[in-house]
Amino acid sequence: MARAITTNRKAVNTALAWAIGLLIFFPILWTMLTSFKTEAQAINDPPLFLFFDWTTENYSTVMERSNYGRFLWNSIFIAGGSTILGIIIAIPAAWSMAFVPSRRTKDILLWMLSTKMLPAVGVLYPIYLLFINLGLLDNVFGLTFIIMLINLPIIVWMLYTYFREIPGEILEAARMDGATLKSEILYVLTPMAIPGIASTLLLNFILAWNEAFWTLNLTAAKAAPLTAFIASYSSPEGLFYAKLSAASTMAIAPILILGWFSQKQLVRGLTFGAVK
Amino acid sequence: MSIKNALLTSVVGFGLTAGIAAAQSTITIATVNNGDMIRMQGYTDTFTEQTGINVEWVTLEENVLRQRVTTDITTKGGQFDIMTIGMYETPIWGANGWLVPLDDLSEEYNVADILPAMAGGLSHEGTLYAAPFYGESSMIMYRTDLMEAAGLEMPTAPTWEFIAEAAAAMTDRENEINGICLRGKAGWGEGGAFITTMSNSFGARWFDMDWNPQFDTEAWANTLNFYKSMMDASGPAGYATNGFNENLSLFNQGKCGMWIDATVAASFVTGDDSTVADHVGFALAPDTGLGKRSNWLWAWALAVPAGTQQEAEAKQFIEWATSTDYIDLVAANEGWANVPPGARKSLYENPEYLKVPFAQMTLDSILSADPSNPTVDPVPYVGIQFAAIPEFAGMATEVSQEFSAAYAGQQTVEEALAKAQDIANEVMEGAGYK
Repeated sequence: MARAITTNRKAVNTALAWAIGLLIFFPILWTMLTSFKTEAQAINDPPLFLFFDWTTENYSTVMERSNYGRFLWNSIFIAGGSTILGIIIAIPAAWSMAFVPSRRTKDILLWMLSTKMLPAVGVLYPIYLLFINLGLLDNVFGLTFIIMLINLPIIVWMLYTYFREIPGEILEAARMDGATLKSEILYVLTPMAIPGIASTLLLNFILAWNEAFWTLNLTAAKAAPLTAFIASYSSPEGLFYAKLSAASTMAIAPILILGWFSQKQLVRGLTFGAVK
Repeated sequence: MSIKNALLTSVVGFGLTAGIAAAQSTITIATVNNGDMIRMQGYTDTFTEQTGINVEWVTLEENVLRQRVTTDITTKGGQFDIMTIGMYETPIWGANGWLVPLDDLSEEYNVADILPAMAGGLSHEGTLYAAPFYGESSMIMYRTDLMEAAGLEMPTAPTWEFIAEAAAAMTDRENEINGICLRGKAGWGEGGAFITTMSNSFGARWFDMDWNPQFDTEAWANTLNFYKSMMDASGPAGYATNGFNENLSLFNQGKCGMWIDATVAASFVTGDDSTVADHVGFALAPDTGLGKRSNWLWAWALAVPAGTQQEAEAKQFIEWATSTDYIDLVAANEGWANVPPGARKSLYENPEYLKVPFAQMTLDSILSADPSNPTVDPVPYVGIQFAAIPEFAGMATEVSQEFSAAYAGQQTVEEALAKAQDIANEVMEGAGYK
């Protein structure tokens, strides 16, 4: 009897999980379906779910009108570059905060997080003027740097919470065995924190990929990533929903595929450390 | 080959390459995503073939574009050689010295051919600062079949009273037909633009001659009460959040008896995506007999930001894109219904173009709009659906949010107007107008 209840509960839980999963995924699914409709079908009332004349015309139009490859490359460069750069800076910072804390460590951590509370538009003009003077407007390196700075507090916080899970005695033992600071971080700490570092990498790559404020405001034609690609298909005067959906699908497809293949690492990392 | 010949060949080759590189300069253009602009992008190769100038496009949604180009021009960022801007920005930016005057365009370009209303709205103190790519006003688009079924006939220049009566007669809730669809969405360029033009016809105005906000007047109360009662009775559900696209979608699916909006919508409602294309008529925007109609005037125009390194190339592009030759090019390839409307007089003298069903009504609507004298009582500002002062966009967006909340029933019309008065008072005092 007890077994039957457990099975029933399992079935209910599974059904509930699927229902919630589908609910969350539905807007993406709807975007994908709309991308295969004509503009007239896209606004049809009642909405058409699966039974319509599927067309790939929107994808052809988007490919013809936009240089998708350049937008994609810029997104990969900016998201990848900012994440790697952020990790390189954040690992030593998180190490010192986790294992050699000072009286002010908690204050610094809170201060770092507080910078995320400032609306980005509040610093748009200072950053824009700096970029003009440094010649970094519409430049992938400039954008990589700014996105790294924007996400750095999150990277440091995530790594700090993972590092705190690791017993300090292990590092102490390594030091007693003669390990230098570099060896301690590279060969002792990092391998133990791999799940945490991997999930931090993935999460920040996704955050950088989706970042739309700075990528729209600091780019023009050369360094614009996929966020600008999507924005170019949005219009308040004209029904271009099917084309916009095709552009959105093309923009999110790479990150969806990456997320699909790395979901195990992502879930393991998120549930292993303190970010639970 | 001797060393001397090889050297000579290399030098000549290098010179030619450098020459080609110099000839093929690149200009960057920021523009909005709408049908006419996208069509223009498709013809860029023709311009490049003619001039050797390459063109890079930065296409953005209208509101994003506004923020982007404003940031760039105020900081002299120099990211764009040409910016697509409207009638609101042009006189303000021209006065600030942020735009290059377009006072040396060639004779063949024929500046005098630009419709006076458009040239006036894109000038500051008589100097043209942006060339109109296309212009628009607003007008009534209505279903001729539903109007006939209701036993009514649309006058060429109807009153608001007739529109409310016709809307009620055409409304058929069982068949999901709403008598009238109008913008209600918050935003100065969305519902804010519509209600401002409507208020002009009711005798209301944003400010008196001393820049005192006027939302506490009877004229504004009449405007909002009329709008709300008509829309509650004959408008679609959730009209408080409907903008251009939502209404276009409803109209094209046969769910609106009338729609008052931009004249450029005429080509959409009579196009392939419309299910009612064969039953659409046009009329001037309504009035109340006070001497002002509720139609606006707008142009998307191309301007050169001051400080661009490629002023000559930018002007060359503007001359090409806003010329009569460009109109002929589009007409030859895509038909007269698809040419950019509302910018040039000669277009409306062309018998071929006048065969397009909405051509004459578009021209009549544009000609009946007067940005220098937009209201029944005098005002200190220029602009019909806006007041051309820098503070307007932010202030009008806040005011329209209050109006939308009233349409949605979240507050009364009186409460919305009182808040609008407070918002406008605060902004105008802070900006030193009072």
